Amino acid sequence: MSLNKLIATRDAFGEELVEIGKKNKNLVVLSADLAKSTRTIEFATVFPERFFNAGVAEQNMMGIAAGLSTSGFVPIVSTLAIFAAGRAYDQVRNTIAHSRLNVKIVATHSGVSMGKDGSSHQSIEDIALMRVIPHMVVISPADGPETKKALRSAIEYEGPVYMRLGRPELPVVTQHINSFNIGKADVLQEGTDVSIITCGIMVHQALKAAEILSSQNIRAGVINMHTIKPLDVEVIHQAARSTLVILTAEDHSIIGGLGSAVLETLSCANIRPPVYRIGVRDVFGESGSTDQLMKKYELTWENIVQAVHKILNRNN
Amino acid sequence: MVQDAELVKRLKKMAAFIRRDSIQMSLKAGCGHVGPGLSWTDICTVLFFHQLRIDPKNPDWLNRDRFILSKGHGCLPLYSALARKGFFPMEKLDTFCQLDSCLGGHPDCLAVPGVEISTGSLGHGLPIAIGMAIAAKSDNKKYRVITVMGDGELQEGTVWEAAMAAAHYRLDNLTGIIDCNKLEIDGPVKEVMNIEPLKDKWKSFGWYVEEMDGNDIEDILSTLERVFGYKEEKPRIIIAHTIKGKGVSFMENQVVWHYKAPDNDEARQAIREIDLALTKLK
Ligand SMILES: Cc1ncc(C[n+]2csc(CCOP(=O)(O)OP(=O)(O)O)c2C)c(N)n1
Ligand SMILES: [Mg+2]
Repeated sequence: MSLNKLIATRDAFGEELVEIGKKNKNLVVLSADLAKSTRTIEFATVFPERFFNAGVAEQNMMGIAAGLSTSGFVPIVSTLAIFAAGRAYDQVRNTIAHSRLNVKIVATHSGVSMGKDGSSHQSIEDIALMRVIPHMVVISPADGPETKKALRSAIEYEGPVYMRLGRPELPVVTQHINSFNIGKADVLQEGTDVSIITCGIMVHQALKAAEILSSQNIRAGVINMHTIKPLDVEVIHQAARSTLVILTAEDHSIIGGLGSAVLETLSCANIRPPVYRIGVRDVFGESGSTDQLMKKYELTWENIVQAVHKILNRNN
Repeated sequence: MVQDAELVKRLKKMAAFIRRDSIQMSLKAGCGHVGPGLSWTDICTVLFFHQLRIDPKNPDWLNRDRFILSKGHGCLPLYSALARKGFFPMEKLDTFCQLDSCLGGHPDCLAVPGVEISTGSLGHGLPIAIGMAIAAKSDNKKYRVITVMGDGELQEGTVWEAAMAAAHYRLDNLTGIIDCNKLEIDGPVKEVMNIEPLKDKWKSFGWYVEEMDGNDIEDILSTLERVFGYKEEKPRIIIAHTIKGKGVSFMENQVVWHYKAPDNDEARQAIREIDLALTKLK
């Protein structure tokens, strides 16, 4: 994969699924009339006997996956995040997570960045919904290569996993990181003034912001919190000790997501720097291009830079 | 039934205008569910320009018929019909799917005058319709509740939970229309997840069932008359046999046109075909 090539996390997922499927014969894939959008169509084409389309029936699909997992199959269940986390919530919570079943939910088109389909299809609550469920692992990869590694880790891990992917094509930012450990964040850049804790589509925005800030003599650290649950508490405490402020950034509601998870962690810590959350501010999205929506809902590197200026000035 | 030839002609013309609007809107926006829209355009036309008792000057009129587009992704003809009815200015159609527009990829009742309730997640329309139908009865109101669903949408369990409930409550003021175009996103409905035998299913759930050619204005007119005139205390369902992408030859029955915008050449070709159909009416 060339370094400057843009790749969508869902594309990387579709590709890697086929690779893993060649060796792992227990892998089965389920879709709910969205095999093309979720890229599971590739697996369906190569391994039709291990692919099941439930039709437009997400709850049924989750139930079928649950049943399959009890006989040693490893079901990969894929649909849009809004339906995986929303429509099928009770099946995910009361069957898959409650019985700690080995089901991997791969949810695509998350966040407002999914674009033109608008608010009914923009999942800005799924991190909150999933991380509140006991036993559930929640992963939000930053780019294509990380998606591939995360998928392999999720399949090696025994138990339910929710993996949050997006529609837009993204620059590669994790090329220098070889391993992927569930629950162990990657510090992409060290900082002394501010720590930006981020995940998913916002990681490359945070890196760009850090670059701009650095040219203004503000040292911003960037932490790729690819696993939101279990959260890497140690890295958060470390950031709290080493920088003046913490800023979180996610394409998700500011309520209940990564920002909330960081705040919960710091709520009883000895050192509690101010935490500023970048995210969707408790509103539904709308139709528009990804770039337009990221601007309007204040999810760009510019917004991160501005926020850092604002909090540092206030602190001085 | 002898039908008013003028009415039929007027509705056919309107359907062509709505098809043209849909093509232009998706061309401008660079996105849109064109095939799903064209599929139910004739049904939409008969509903909005003949059957529905609604008042653009008074969108909240208490006695209005309630219409729910359960297959919310098929909103292109709905937007066009609402604009042409006068619920909002025609110019708004040019803003479809643009940032800050009220006309998003799925209908939002807080943003679009005339949209009864927000939809987009499939399988919601029929349960909502039941609530509205029960409310009408409790309030002693005569309005009718009508919802249009996709055939793939019928795979959602909520549709069948509602099918049971509507018959249980004997909701004779509720009519469901299935835009049965035989296709969903991943392919033919019968290959993805078979829903047949459809007629038997609805009958056994206690519904009055009719079938019609959902792209034939005359058949839609007479079927709706029959269904709305039916006297037994049962909810009504119409299986409307349609063609996804109807009216534009290269879009008809093509899965790719579920979610795809035409480019300039394709739009020109589509509009040429629609206009040709129009001139044949004159
Ligand atoms: C609950 C839910 N799941 C999935 C989708 C995504 N989706 C949009 S349209 C569609 C296919 C619908 O097929 P059908 O009901 O036959 O409608 P048509 O477009 O053919 O009229 C799907 C799966 C959705 N909108 N809602
Ligand atoms: Mg269909």
